[in-house]
Amino acid sequence: MHEWALAEAIIAAAEKIAVKEKLREVKEVTIKVGELQQVEEDILRFALSQLKPSSFKNAEFHITKARTALRCRTCGNSWLFRRNKLDEATAEAIHFVPEVAHSYIKCPKCGSPDFEITEGRGVWLENIKGVR
Amino acid sequence: MIDPRAGVINERLKMIRRIIAVSSGKGGVGKSLVATTLALALARRGYKVGLFDLDFTSPSTHLILGVRDVQPKEEKGIVPPIVDGLAYMTLVYYSGDQATPLRGADVSNALIELLSVTQWGRLDFLIIDMPPGISDAVLDLVRFVKRIEFLIVTTSSLLAFETVKKQVSLLRDLKVPIIGIVENMKMNAARTIERETEKLGLKFLAGIPFDPQVEETIGDTAKLWNTTIANALKQIAETNVTLN
Ligand SMILES: Nc1ncnc2c1ncn2[C@@H]1O[C@H](COP(=O)(O)OP(=O)(O)OP(=O)(O)O)[C@@H](O)[C@H]1O
Ligand SMILES: [Mg+2]
Ligand SMILES: [Zn+2]
Repeated sequence: MHEWALAEAIIAAAEKIAVKEKLREVKEVTIKVGELQQVEEDILRFALSQLKPSSFKNAEFHITKARTALRCRTCGNSWLFRRNKLDEATAEAIHFVPEVAHSYIKCPKCGSPDFEITEGRGVWLENIKGVR
Repeated sequence: MIDPRAGVINERLKMIRRIIAVSSGKGGVGKSLVATTLALALARRGYKVGLFDLDFTSPSTHLILGVRDVQPKEEKGIVPPIVDGLAYMTLVYYSGDQATPLRGADVSNALIELLSVTQWGRLDFLIIDMPPGISDAVLDLVRFVKRIEFLIVTTSSLLAFETVKKQVSLLRDLKVPIIGIVENMKMNAARTIERETEKLGLKFLAGIPFDPQVEETIGDTAKLWNTTIANALKQIAETNVTLN
């Protein structure tokens, strides 16, 4: 699954921070997942649990969902991404590469495909806590 | 807040021996045709080769290869399907025939996304078809892909070569290796570009004649294989793009 690749990236980034901050043990990792990418939380959680190194063995992963806000550059309209407006194949394409949203989504007000994703595009590492 | 993706890119690419971007300061000089044919020429010498279309807004390599009805597999990431012996990746799998208008930041994001989730596995060569110019895609590749090398395409026109000079100077500032320059669509035997290339201290890889038959080979690699273009790239694959 594609979530595995993301989980691997999250673990690698979190490990790097843990080393930099001299954490002996990581207790908490907070991850923010934008709605646009439609990451399956269960799979992501499972992948994280399988991939985590020993210094993460007691770590709790907090996954928070972030809404996806879009803003039209042509008319200035702002709106929220809604997955249920898309068919299965389109939703899946956006899941793999969120930028292809520009191929399928248009401004609901003026029809322009020139919009920006102002919030909630992908996956972010928000916070990591542990003991030195 | 940290974007975790960039950190795994070199991990994803670590089993690839050479990563070569086919690029030019100018558009329409034959980058896509050269990249695709070079990839095929290397694959037919027995190497494991990947081809990655990085021209997200105007992809062409899927047309040159005549790709249809294939999709990547999902397996701890995305595994590119094998097309004509090449591990082949393109945004077209996801954008279909739709126009994909992307600004610079979107291009970077899509590039980072694909580099961080694509599982190329073990390859001898990864050939990358670049969009024209020396902006986001070139800068991002250099930023994220540690071992990137460039092969530059120009036409005989000094207008094209002038942009190539700028690209060469940029790549040198960034300390990126340049394999050499291919002069494409030659209409006569003039050696101006060859001499100019040597003046830059770079290797002149080939002069490829303009071949009016090329259009008929689009989508049919068996036909492409018998063109003068393919012959030139077979030569380059034999002598200048090797593993030692
Ligand atoms: N040696 C050649 N002889 C004749 N036609 C050629 C030759 N090389 C390329 N062409 C044709 O020129 C056109 C441009 O080639 P190609 O798409 O490969 O260029 P490009 O540099 O990738 O363009 P872009 O900058 O748009 O990505 C195509 O129609 C191609 O078939
Ligand atoms: Mg091209
Ligand atoms: Zn609008």
